[in-house]
Amino acid sequence: MMQTTSTIPISAQGEPPWVLPSRGIVGIACLIIAESAIFIIFVVAYVYYIGKSLSGPMPAQVLELPILGTICLLSSSITVHSAVSALRKANLRGCTAWLAGTVLLGAVFLMSTAREWYHLIHDVGLTIRTNLFGTTFYSLVGLHASHVVIGLIMLTTALALLLSGRVSEKHAERLEVLSLYWHFVDGVWVVVFLVVYVLGR
Amino acid sequence: MANGHPVLEAIDQTVEVKRRPPLDVVYEWVSTVDHKKIGLMYIAYALIFLLIGGLEAVLMRIQLAVPNNHFVSPQIFNRLFTMHGTTMVFFMGMPILFGFGNYLVPLMIGARDMAFPRLNAFSFWISAFGGLLLYFSYLGGDGLYGMGSAPDVGWFAYAPLTAKVFSPGHSTDYWTLAILLSGIGTTGTALNIVTTTLCMRCKGMKLSRMPLFVWLMLVTSGLVFVAVSPLTAAQIMLTLDRYLGAHFFDTQAGGSAVLWMHFFWIFGHPEVYILVLPAFGFVNEIIPVFSRKAVFGYPAMVAASVGIGFISLSVWAHHMFTVGMGPAGNTFFVFSTMVISVPTGIKIFNWLATLWGGKIIFKVPMMFCIAFLFQFLVAGLTGIMLSAAPFNWQLSASYFVIAHFHYVLVGAIVTALFGAFYYWYPKVTGRMMSETLGKWHFWLFIIGFHLTFDFMHVPGLLGMPRRIYTYEASRGWGWLNLIVGVGALFQTAGTLVFVYNMVRSYKRGEIAGHDPWDAWTLEWATPSPPPAYNFAVEPTVNSRRPLWDLKHPEDPDFNYE
Amino acid sequence: MSRMAGSGFVRSQTSIFDPAATPAHSVFGLSMLVLSVTLSIFLVVAGLLLYAVIRFRQRPTDSDREPAQIYGSNQIELSWTVIPILIVVMLFLSATRVILETEAEPKPASALDVTVIGHQFWWEYRYPKLGVVTANELHVPVSDPAKPTPTYLAMSSADTDHSFWVPRLAGKMDLIPNRLNTMWIDPQAPGLYLGQCAQYCGTQHAKMLLRVYAQSPEDFAAWVEQQQRPAGHDFSGNAAATEGQTVFMHSACINCHTVAGTVANGRFGPDLTHLGSRDTIASGPVQNTPENLRKWIADPNSMKPGVLMPSMHLNDHDLDVITAYLTTLH
Repeated sequence: MMQTTSTIPISAQGEPPWVLPSRGIVGIACLIIAESAIFIIFVVAYVYYIGKSLSGPMPAQVLELPILGTICLLSSSITVHSAVSALRKANLRGCTAWLAGTVLLGAVFLMSTAREWYHLIHDVGLTIRTNLFGTTFYSLVGLHASHVVIGLIMLTTALALLLSGRVSEKHAERLEVLSLYWHFVDGVWVVVFLVVYVLGR
Repeated sequence: MANGHPVLEAIDQTVEVKRRPPLDVVYEWVSTVDHKKIGLMYIAYALIFLLIGGLEAVLMRIQLAVPNNHFVSPQIFNRLFTMHGTTMVFFMGMPILFGFGNYLVPLMIGARDMAFPRLNAFSFWISAFGGLLLYFSYLGGDGLYGMGSAPDVGWFAYAPLTAKVFSPGHSTDYWTLAILLSGIGTTGTALNIVTTTLCMRCKGMKLSRMPLFVWLMLVTSGLVFVAVSPLTAAQIMLTLDRYLGAHFFDTQAGGSAVLWMHFFWIFGHPEVYILVLPAFGFVNEIIPVFSRKAVFGYPAMVAASVGIGFISLSVWAHHMFTVGMGPAGNTFFVFSTMVISVPTGIKIFNWLATLWGGKIIFKVPMMFCIAFLFQFLVAGLTGIMLSAAPFNWQLSASYFVIAHFHYVLVGAIVTALFGAFYYWYPKVTGRMMSETLGKWHFWLFIIGFHLTFDFMHVPGLLGMPRRIYTYEASRGWGWLNLIVGVGALFQTAGTLVFVYNMVRSYKRGEIAGHDPWDAWTLEWATPSPPPAYNFAVEPTVNSRRPLWDLKHPEDPDFNYE
Repeated sequence: MSRMAGSGFVRSQTSIFDPAATPAHSVFGLSMLVLSVTLSIFLVVAGLLLYAVIRFRQRPTDSDREPAQIYGSNQIELSWTVIPILIVVMLFLSATRVILETEAEPKPASALDVTVIGHQFWWEYRYPKLGVVTANELHVPVSDPAKPTPTYLAMSSADTDHSFWVPRLAGKMDLIPNRLNTMWIDPQAPGLYLGQCAQYCGTQHAKMLLRVYAQSPEDFAAWVEQQQRPAGHDFSGNAAATEGQTVFMHSACINCHTVAGTVANGRFGPDLTHLGSRDTIASGPVQNTPENLRKWIADPNSMKPGVLMPSMHLNDHDLDVITAYLTTLH
């Protein structure tokens, strides 16, 4: 048996440089694929049960388009993108501002969802156990909202680290990975919006 | 062994210290993020569950050995088949295969560890917790009152049997939660494998030069993302039904029992490919080395593996031919299921062509791989029978199906796994396993396998459904079930010989050296066992078989690829 | 040939290779085709494998040189891609034909309609156009191939999933709550056809047996007429039965069971109106004799552990009279 640990030949001259994708980006892409599959199943359940509730309030009667929340959430994708660009250029103050804006817009979205749910539960009497619409609505929108919460926690943590001076331009890629997660959350909202508030009504 | 690098030498020296305090050793293993140790923990964990799951099977076979038996009650029997299936799939099959993947993938691509070592450790521990939770149900399943009870809803837990009204208590919830947690762990490991494979290959190792085992782990991990998530989603829905009064699968409120079936099998079918693809990977590594020939048709093997991965996402409702999907639905799934036999067949033919013209060495790893080839062929053919929907209307939910899928799980996957153990044990421990004990293991197990699973097809053809704790004497199934039971005893004996072999060889096996099998992939370029850092210097490769190139400088592979 | 295949090989009345009705015959034909194709594939491939491991094994007289390294061959690989595709196409078309034959077959006007409802752990049968309700033993007329009179089963479940599987008559079809599935059978010879529930439905899934009685048109008509009568209630000369009826009607039995023409109208358990005319009780595993019936009523769990009927905790006298009453319900 040959001793081969360190005698594997070096590559020939003139070969192109060996470049591989970034781990963070590939990792978050995998996570996004897996999470998308979960969301797709909840969307399928929602679509399958459209019109099948045996009783109770129907979407057209009780749902209003969440315009404010949607605008805020989708804009927050722009702000987080700007935060990443700013950090790449070592513009720490700009990054802080854009990131704070993202957190704020995300929080407004959550509050508008909370208000909508309060209205549905207390005024309309729609809960997860009322009928199939209630079941699929709260679970799908709730699953999305929980992902917004997780995203906001991570963005706030990044903001806190920025404010305490621990972040510099060499962390730009990590912020980009986080921003990809946030873009994913926004993308899911586009689907949820179309399925629940447009198609389903 | 000096390697000229002061830090690495220091690491080497730390490991050489003999007789460390036991608590230190435990702490090292519990806190490790090294892919090799994590891989070994997965494997050890899975072996424990192999024995427990095997015991559950033996108890069932004793109950079924004669008609109208009273060895266990129906309640206990129903828990046994539920726990046996759940344990073997989620806490034996998945961990052991991802354990091998964890250990081997970085070594095979010339990397020093996985991309995310802490995620790797987290994934293991959360999966391990899931398994413990499942078995805790024996104590805690009934809540505070009375003895606990394990879940008894079958491993695929069809609705509405799992609704609160039909399954009161918490046994079903232990099933749900245990699998949910292990699903998180599996997804984390898959994420690690994909990222490591795409981002950490050594210089020169283009994707088209990776060992086939690495390709198969890559495809498997991709499947995990899109297959395990649907199960996670369905289990969240089930838990919402059981605890918050949701109606996802509540047929009284207009919900659909068939929807659970779709969601489960959208997971369940790719799941069996997740289990079998790594087994293909083992065979892809072992057969060439013991035929002394390169694998025949590497590009076709890659294409077939990727193809199988994609097609496996479209066949799920062949588990549902009897639920009344109608001719259009049934016909589509007949077609997709039959189509998947084409790339699968290609793989079998390529293995055959690899053997052809070679110099076949019948050491124990190869013996298991040859058994794999015959057995997987049969399993695939009974699969084709089941894919013909009308034939399926008779055979589904019968012992024919149980025989078919055990032919795949045991005859193909476990058999290939045994081969993998004998093949890579020398690398992991530095010692060879005993060939003599290995041959005893092989023959006892294979004879037992065939006694059990060949004969098991027949009761299915004679009308015996699955999941029954007993049967009428007048059906004529008694003598067949008796033979099936006897085979189980042979398999148990073989497995015990195997465990003994592993334990004994650890201290008394022949010293293995770097490359006892004269193989060609990078893991055989490291010492046995490899040091913590795997490679002192990152290797550079020029072909699919870097060690062949070194051993045959007059005729290297890169002239032909 | 099919008769020999089923009964010659092993005595089993539930063999899929002994078809007695058109759906089972169609499946049998397809299964023979599929089996021959897969057997041929097995013989060829396993034969080649066996040949390879013998012919190409390493011998002690071999030189140390490695064998020729063959990396692939486009022609060979193409052929073993194309040939399997052709086999797949052929099998697919054959299977599709049988699917359409069975599932897309239009229902003839002469068909008999039966509604089948699955319960944990018994079968409910209703003949809507005949006004018949019974349990556990399905009676159907035989079907003459010249003038077919098939029986169409409309199936659903009252609780969990079940599956109706009588191998000699047809493939199985699931009974799923909140869903209507249909299948049809047309046994051509009179006789008793056996099967059992084929979808795990709970503790006593194993003893939810199926008994299908195919009868000549005259016998079937006689059976229907008997089933259409309400329960007998004149037990002159049978004091025990008279008293048993009174006890029965005053006990909790009436909450779960129906006896047509009396106050007992429960739907949770099987209809008992014509219990005495059935060969078995407990959905198949227990012979219908007075001793067994008494034992069943005393403690159903002793005969079918996990069954949903509770023990009624009746004293011996009440058990005797109720048994006497129920055995008169022909």
